[in-house]
Amino acid sequence: MPVKTIAGVEVKVSEDGYLEDMTQWNEAIAKEIATEIGIELTPKHFEVINYLREKTIAKEALTIRSVGKSGIVDVKGLYVLFPKGPLKFSSKIAGIPKPTSCI
Amino acid sequence: MKNLVILGAGTAGTMMANHLRPKLYLNEWNITIVDQYKTHYYQPGFLFLPFDTYTEKQVKKNGKKFIPKSVNYIQKKIEQIFPEENKVALEGETLHYDVLIIATGSKIAPEETAGLVGPLWKKDIFDFYTFEGALALRNKLRDWQGGKLVVHITEMPIKCPVAPLEFSFLADSYFRKKGMRDKVEITYVTPLTGAFTKPTCSTALSYLLKEKDIHMESDFAIEHVDNDTKEIVDYEGRKIPFDLLVTIPTNMGDEVIAKSGLGDDLNFIPTDHNTLQSKAHENIFVIGDATNVPASKAGSVAHFQAETLTDNIILYIDGYPLKKEFDGHANCFIETGNNKALLIDFNYVTEPVHGKFPFAKIGPLKLLKESVFNHWGKLAFRWIYWNMLLKGIAIPFVSRNMSFKGKVFDIKPEKK
Repeated sequence: MPVKTIAGVEVKVSEDGYLEDMTQWNEAIAKEIATEIGIELTPKHFEVINYLREKTIAKEALTIRSVGKSGIVDVKGLYVLFPKGPLKFSSKIAGIPKPTSCI
Repeated sequence: MKNLVILGAGTAGTMMANHLRPKLYLNEWNITIVDQYKTHYYQPGFLFLPFDTYTEKQVKKNGKKFIPKSVNYIQKKIEQIFPEENKVALEGETLHYDVLIIATGSKIAPEETAGLVGPLWKKDIFDFYTFEGALALRNKLRDWQGGKLVVHITEMPIKCPVAPLEFSFLADSYFRKKGMRDKVEITYVTPLTGAFTKPTCSTALSYLLKEKDIHMESDFAIEHVDNDTKEIVDYEGRKIPFDLLVTIPTNMGDEVIAKSGLGDDLNFIPTDHNTLQSKAHENIFVIGDATNVPASKAGSVAHFQAETLTDNIILYIDGYPLKKEFDGHANCFIETGNNKALLIDFNYVTEPVHGKFPFAKIGPLKLLKESVFNHWGKLAFRWIYWNMLLKGIAIPFVSRNMSFKGKVFDIKPEKK
């Protein structure tokens, strides 16, 4: 498993750069991953990120729909916050696993 | 007398009736199963209907044939579940239960996407997740002259997540056989990051798309269908044109779940991942596509769940703690066209891997590799489904939990 230094912390990441252990996450790590993607994080971004982290801890599957119905942001707004792959990028920045299918 | 009620006589509900009837004393427990529909469909066959590989007759039978005679089978619509009162309202009848098993499945909800059910629905836009949809698509394909074929997933989760990919592979073979592959452009559109999202699979299988000349559009979350320009449009305004759109609409649990206040925003019921007990009510258990567990929505999953759930129902009735046993085990054949198929075996935490199945080193089925034998396995499975699976007969040598014997963990992540 690759190890990467993000914001001065050594973290375990998957081959495509998602944190393997969500407890290693902190806001500084989020900001650095976001910068790599080209997103500057605002408080609204963090609201979405925290929602995703809570759902992941509760072992609930994440969908664009569920974020859209969270009351934080609608789907269109989610795209504005995380262009070109809202769930993909928001998950990466939130330090949670990449949403996958069965293969 | 006590009452055990099963809602839904699809794959999961039918299996539960067959598993439980011999295990519960006839003079102590009534078992009732409710389903408004007469016909039991072999849903994996819907993949083959559009390509004229299966006939209508091969995928449907009278559901009653598969329900044990000592189980009360009611063909009525379920109106509402009242979990606090332990009762279920049907059309003109109320059932009281001591234990309830919900197996109401999932179905497509095309109305969730703007413009999907519009002027082009069933003309140039089709689904193959319903019997009617698959048949209409078959008729369309029989004399389609070619153009842009777009195979599209609206959002996850969906029943049988590999079916759209299989459809794309089979379409490639179908048009090649018809001598018109050069007239068809196939594009696979997914809301996920790619056709293969698990590292082992993307490493082992990415060649398939290239080999079959299938284009891919990833991270596409559809916002609407433009019926005038014949395009699907996502939330950022990305447009993909089609001549023929084969879409997997949003999949949702039954409306009765929403009406009864038991579901999440897709009407799937919050369920313990390992015991299959509903999170909200201790005498309600959930199985198959109706749950919100992060396993595939597939018959093989329901089959493995049924074995655990049967034990847990007995334990619950006798007042013992439930087994935290179900591991998300799924075992699926994936058609890759040209009479070949893959087989994958995985669970909640372990990705599909290489190896032999069901016997270590011997097989005869190969995991995560294309073979003709796997394709025969998929075709033979229809017989197993009707004659063994529904009746709750254990499939020899295939255990409810994923086994690590014969599995080879040799797929290394690609270096980037």
